[in-house]
Amino acid sequence: MRANMNKVNEDEKRHILSLLVDNKPGVLARIAGLFSGRGFNIESLCVAETTDPLISRITLVTIGSMSVVEQIEKQLNKLVNVVKVTDFTDAPFVQREMALIKIRAKPEHRAEILRTVDIFRSRVIDVSSKYYTVEITGDDGKVRAFLNLLKPIGIKEIARTGAIALAREKT
Amino acid sequence: MKLKGTQILMKVLHEEGVDTIFGFPGGAVIDIYDQLLKTDIRHVMVRHEQGAVHAADGYARASGRVGVCLVTSGPGATNTVSGIASAYMDSSPIVVLTGQVPTHLIGNDAFQEVDIVGITRPCTKHNYQVTHIEDLAYTLKEAFYLARSGRPGPILVDLPKDVMQATTDYKAVKDLQIRTYNPTYEPNMKQLPKVVELIKEAQRPVVFAGGGITLSGAFEELATFARKIQAPVTTTLMGLGTFPATDPLWLGMIGMHGTYRANMASGECDLLISIGVRFDDRVTGRPDTFAPKAKIVHIDIDPTSIRKNIPVTIPIVGDCKITLQSLNRLLDENGLGELGGKRQRWLSLIEEWKETKPFAYEQKDVIKPQFVVEKLYELTGGAAIITTEVGQNQMWAAQYYHFDRPNRFITSGGLGCMGFGLPAAIGAQIAHPESLVVDIAGNGSIQMNIQEMATAVQYNLPVKIAILNNQYLGMVRQWQEFFYERRYACTAMEHEPDFVKLAEAYGAVGLRATRPEEVESVLNEGLSISRPVIMDFVVEKEECVYPMVPAGASITEMLLV
Repeated sequence: MRANMNKVNEDEKRHILSLLVDNKPGVLARIAGLFSGRGFNIESLCVAETTDPLISRITLVTIGSMSVVEQIEKQLNKLVNVVKVTDFTDAPFVQREMALIKIRAKPEHRAEILRTVDIFRSRVIDVSSKYYTVEITGDDGKVRAFLNLLKPIGIKEIARTGAIALAREKT
Repeated sequence: MKLKGTQILMKVLHEEGVDTIFGFPGGAVIDIYDQLLKTDIRHVMVRHEQGAVHAADGYARASGRVGVCLVTSGPGATNTVSGIASAYMDSSPIVVLTGQVPTHLIGNDAFQEVDIVGITRPCTKHNYQVTHIEDLAYTLKEAFYLARSGRPGPILVDLPKDVMQATTDYKAVKDLQIRTYNPTYEPNMKQLPKVVELIKEAQRPVVFAGGGITLSGAFEELATFARKIQAPVTTTLMGLGTFPATDPLWLGMIGMHGTYRANMASGECDLLISIGVRFDDRVTGRPDTFAPKAKIVHIDIDPTSIRKNIPVTIPIVGDCKITLQSLNRLLDENGLGELGGKRQRWLSLIEEWKETKPFAYEQKDVIKPQFVVEKLYELTGGAAIITTEVGQNQMWAAQYYHFDRPNRFITSGGLGCMGFGLPAAIGAQIAHPESLVVDIAGNGSIQMNIQEMATAVQYNLPVKIAILNNQYLGMVRQWQEFFYERRYACTAMEHEPDFVKLAEAYGAVGLRATRPEEVESVLNEGLSISRPVIMDFVVEKEECVYPMVPAGASITEMLLV
């Protein structure tokens, strides 16, 4: 993971890579090891089986210059267990992240929380006497904006997925 | 047909044409060794597992076939790691078979258990643990195929003891299909005419070849290509022998200890045709000043080599041999016209560099290490297979022994793994029983796998070891001399064994030369003995390898004698 997520050099850019890989033990370790061993960044990583149980999809967000990302893609392709690597960055794609957020719900804040939840098309999924847990889905910008609004109210803890993405089909 | 795991292993080894295995037994591989007894596969028992891997590597590089080694679990497996990493850096096709504790114990911190697949993931081309006997035959076939195809490399297969003892219905693997692995052999033909255009335009072309030429067997094609376009040729350390060192177009090796003319030529050329190389930092020096005036063509089978360190004008992913064949054909069809006159100025400039700055040393009253290698070259007529240890000995071997054929210079290039030379010589000698195999060694490196003398003696492998003994770890001492104001921190070998007695203790022959006039007679005597021989040459203690490009400097900024 990157120490300073906000600092992006001029030629560095956020890339969403979608990998189809063999659904076998050790494949994730090969990919994670490639990134750590060669000093590449992983911003986030999501893995799950596809409809073909032999294949998993890994959606991986990295930050790097063109030449670094080119090298990342080549190195990934070189791994025997990697079927396909797609960089979504310069093509139309849809992406989503999800976050579960546990918010301190003092009586004077409850209305504001619910309003914000409503505006962001988020949902409250658990309620206790002191906390609301809400679920939000969106791209990283939306999730970040939502978190920024809730922060002053008091976030107890959060769990976030990384980005998942698919290419858009032509209309 | 019902077969045990160990029987399936032997079947696949036979199918793959394996005649020799380098190994060391242990608890987890007793079953495999028991089965090995019943075959005609020759087992060479090394004295340390690192030696087994280097020997398999030396065998592979000398023969062009896949080298195989077999070791036990735990420490047997971890001892292979340096050897595997060296083979990985130098793209050497080897298959390493490691024993493993039974599957029900895996993850239990069992006796002699280690996660060798995890440990070697970053230094193998690919690795496997076979947990079901049904997968055994296919996995082994895949391992051999991966080792030798595309950009070759080491493959490790971890074999749990119970899997090897289990029985299954064996069906020979006919159809090997790895949908995720398709090396690109055929180059993109659209790129080739662009290369021909660049060759036509070029005033000062240089061909820059590397280990990929050896691995793809493109020796003839490279020579044809270079002569056709009348371009001088330099190679990497790994590429020595891929172009005849006796050819007038030969520039010598490029890099940190390359020739003056090769390094200068890289700085002045307007076209650099790079084939089967990866632009290692020891070649390029400061990368942003490398070949500053040149358009660069880069041909390599591994896409990750291209544009990794150096920007390239024309990238071509493909097998070196196939690509050169296509290029040669295209050049014949197109015709380059009269090139001789066009290249004259360039080639005569190179001749000037050659005259003014050769490698230089003066043989006075203490033996110069360069003199030993030069004499060795003379006396063997350049026909020996040379392995090296790592450091100054390796560089002097590269500079003063000249190679006219590939597969003759066997060195740990990328990893720079001390202790490589002796076991690699053992492997090379097994691949070529009739050839003269000489390990050009240093007093430091030779001690890292000296135990393999016992292997050489046991199997009557007449390898010759020429120790250039300066009583230092010479290359590090040289850096200390140049860049650390001669503070020789821990590089003096304050106590060393008597290498002559050591040779004798192993049952080999030991010889020593302490004066220049003894060099030739010791070499003559040593080379004529058909047993393993250690020749201890007591050389100038503080001799340095020149030229030298300081780390991080441009390749044309050389320290000269």
